[in-house]
Amino acid sequence: MAILTKEEAKQIIDKVLSYAKADETEVTIYGGRTGNIRYARNSVSTSGETNEIGLNVTSVFGKKSGSSTINELDDESLKKAVARAEEIAQLAPENPEYMPMLGPQEYVESKTFVSATDQINPDKRAQIAADSIGPSSEKNLTAAGYLEDFSGFVAQGNSKGLFGYNKSTSVDFSITVRTVDGTGSGYAIRDFNDVSLLNSKDVTNIAMQKAQASQNAQAIEPGKYTVILEPTAAGDLMGLLTRSLEARSADEGRSFLSKKGGGTRLGEKLFDERVTIYSDPLSPQIPGAPWDNEGYPQKPMKWVENGVVKNMFYSRYWAEKQGVEPTGRPSGMIIAGGDQSIADMVKSTERGILVTRFWYIRAVDPQTLLYTGLTRDGTFYIENGQIKFPVKNFRFNESPIIMLNNIEALGQQQRVGGDLIPAMKIRDFTFTSLSDAV
Amino acid sequence: MKRRDFIHLSGMGLGALATSGLVMMGNPVSAERLLEPGIDAAAKKVLADIALNSAKAKGAAYTDVRIGRYLRQNLFTRDKNVQNISNGETFGVGIRVIANGTWGFSSTSDVSPDGIKKCAENAVAIAKANSKLQKEPVELAPEPGHGEVTWNTPIRKNALEIPVKEKIDLLLKANNAAIDNGAAFVNSALFMINEQKYFASTDGSYIDQDIHRIWPTFTVTAVNKESGGFRTRQALSAPMGMGYEYMDGLAEDKIMNPAGFNSYKNTYDIVEDASEAAKHAQEKIAAKSVIPGKYDLVLDPDHLGLTIHESVGHPLELDRVLGYEANYAGTSFATLDKWKSGDFKYGSDQVNIVADKTQPFSLGNTGYDDEGVKTKEWDLIKNGVLVNYQAIRDQVGILGEKESHGCCFADNWSSVQFQRMPNVSLRPGTEKLSPAEMIKNVEKGIYILGRGSYSIDQQRYNFQFGGQLFYEIKNGEIAGMLEDVAYQSNTQEFWNSCSQICDKDDYRFFGSFFDGKGQPSQSSAVSHGSSTTRFDGVNVINTGRNI
Repeated sequence: MAILTKEEAKQIIDKVLSYAKADETEVTIYGGRTGNIRYARNSVSTSGETNEIGLNVTSVFGKKSGSSTINELDDESLKKAVARAEEIAQLAPENPEYMPMLGPQEYVESKTFVSATDQINPDKRAQIAADSIGPSSEKNLTAAGYLEDFSGFVAQGNSKGLFGYNKSTSVDFSITVRTVDGTGSGYAIRDFNDVSLLNSKDVTNIAMQKAQASQNAQAIEPGKYTVILEPTAAGDLMGLLTRSLEARSADEGRSFLSKKGGGTRLGEKLFDERVTIYSDPLSPQIPGAPWDNEGYPQKPMKWVENGVVKNMFYSRYWAEKQGVEPTGRPSGMIIAGGDQSIADMVKSTERGILVTRFWYIRAVDPQTLLYTGLTRDGTFYIENGQIKFPVKNFRFNESPIIMLNNIEALGQQQRVGGDLIPAMKIRDFTFTSLSDAV
Repeated sequence: MKRRDFIHLSGMGLGALATSGLVMMGNPVSAERLLEPGIDAAAKKVLADIALNSAKAKGAAYTDVRIGRYLRQNLFTRDKNVQNISNGETFGVGIRVIANGTWGFSSTSDVSPDGIKKCAENAVAIAKANSKLQKEPVELAPEPGHGEVTWNTPIRKNALEIPVKEKIDLLLKANNAAIDNGAAFVNSALFMINEQKYFASTDGSYIDQDIHRIWPTFTVTAVNKESGGFRTRQALSAPMGMGYEYMDGLAEDKIMNPAGFNSYKNTYDIVEDASEAAKHAQEKIAAKSVIPGKYDLVLDPDHLGLTIHESVGHPLELDRVLGYEANYAGTSFATLDKWKSGDFKYGSDQVNIVADKTQPFSLGNTGYDDEGVKTKEWDLIKNGVLVNYQAIRDQVGILGEKESHGCCFADNWSSVQFQRMPNVSLRPGTEKLSPAEMIKNVEKGIYILGRGSYSIDQQRYNFQFGGQLFYEIKNGEIAGMLEDVAYQSNTQEFWNSCSQICDKDDYRFFGSFFDGKGQPSQSSAVSHGSSTTRFDGVNVINTGRNI
């Protein structure tokens, strides 16, 4: 019984709160099942399943807080957990940035739980793997893949009357297919809340096609190219921007959102006017949790609209200090896209590079959000509207801020790692060297 | 937390780490709880025998059991305040078996005779279920039983026994030193780990180990509001397999480097380094932007360690070479045919790279690995030629060897052990040579210190590295600070451009505290020793941009 019902969770939280003597007490109960299956060289290498339930108590005296976690929910354990959290809190140093706990909140009814995913069992995992290994080995290709699924719940409550409960499921699947001679490699990755949307055979087929099409890649000169980024590749870089919209570092002068002479670039047009970035906990494609890590309710927010920075992330502490409303921190970001398919984008490209994904991306300069990394698992040269041949992988040095000023087109969206990201056609993307890696 | 999140930690700022809760694995406990002894070795032996016997009764041909208590304390400060103090403990059992020629693994936090029996039986059931998909049976290289033995990290001061207040005071003192020297912000942290690991196997080993690691670090930020510029400088410390004595900052462990400030050997002066860092961060804002081109690079050990890690350590992991990591970390350019040729020139004649799990003060230093193999040292690259890989008991036969290298590791009792990188280090030069003498002979070069941005492809050919500090070398002299520097090269080309290595007096450790590998991802810690080393004619790019 790893998933408690709302009522069961509420009952336990109320019981814990009744034992508490601290000024403020917060209780979180979480639990669920995580399963996985991993394969390589067309054979399953590991698989496992973990069931976990835990309860965390945070006790606060003044501005001193302490936490304790237990994995047993009997009365004796609950009492001990409260006592231990209170003991740790008494010994803790004051946190000058401590914010009093929130009172009751209005949370949206999330759509994060899907029973099909909750019902995954070892046989289902083996089937998903078999549907991926089978076609690869039939075509004399080598598959390596990984599936991880989760089904669980979280409930939170505090001594000021706040209560929230949410169930969620997720499934993450990735597959690399390589040719036996090692000259071709393809990749595809998908994530969903609902496992019935995952067809591992179809996803593997994409990786197989890329593996075969990328064999014997040719070297072309690095430099500035128009690139068509599949949503996976675009998501690899855009997530670095959308998670950097922090108000505090901008106010402190240590962010790309800091302004020369002090202040921030809130309200400035930093990107092409086609760029709109927002979040919506009720998005059907990327449903979000009802609250963020501070318990603050998630609501639809515009972060960038028509290229203008509309909002930054304000924590409760920083919002109070700056005299604004906290924003919450969304679990997923949506970048508005368009109607064009990848094929449409290729057709309109005179000379360019199609990128499947990026790899080993690391920050080079936080001042400009410059990142480096490499293309991987399917990189192709486009000429006169057609894919001509596979090319060797490139290293890039590029900033998502510059990319969003060099937009040629935004295409159809796809869910990528919990975000909703369009395919992107970007001009003057900077490749700085070649790699022999396949 | 999801395991896959853990691997991204190294890319996060310290401030984000402090509040993410991600670095804490295990249940929060009080600092005092970390000092309570766990159950003794005799009691663990009784429990271990239950696992071994239960698995055997169900048909296991081989069984190993790890009873592990993992303790962690992390302290985070920001400017003049404590940001977070976390103490964590996990305790449980991981049981691995071979049945029907196939591995099975199961773990439990129920460390009772009954819980262990059930866990062992489950491991056998999993092995039998997976054996239907198995293509070739597992073959283990032989390992003698070691009987009842113990091994402890040779620490002088258990960092967990030092009062939290004393440690916090030291971090805040370092922060104040940075602020007094002009820093706008400073985040500092101290990570401490104690692994109490008991291993037993059907080979007849009962191994009790007490392992300690420590990592003090900080990020200092300087801001120029008028120009809108900001720069950071991180600590030049190394995570070590040591106790709190690493924080002693002894005079004998300070080496004045050619840039005119101290580098650190086996103890570290965090207050002194934080003062220097504040000055460096301000200097970086105004430093000259590098002109791209070919330069001779003089790389300090606190920088070169990461280059060794990425371009030698990872490509020589045998599981990568074989394709087991293809869907995640990738494969390797250092394929078996290159090794078999016996003359694959990985580097120049002076490049001798050694793997080991035995160097004192290193992160990889243990008496035995996580499958009961006594640790040792072996050559990976000899006089520039690729001679070996890193392999464990079920792989080493592929290399025609009869004895495991002893580099099997699991990051927790609940994780299955697999091949992990041992310490991988560059042997010092045999001729007397100091960094200052080395620089005297460089006409056009850059002296690089500290760990910066790092990225390498999935087969480990092409890499790009930044650093913390860059100094221009002109006609044998340090000619001031540079910024916007990164070097790009190809692994084989780079190591073949190695022209000089300083002697053993300059030998120091670099370390990686959170090295990620596997799916679900596991984290391990590893050191890389080297002396200051010169590489000729390396391509340097300028990373400055206008936005």
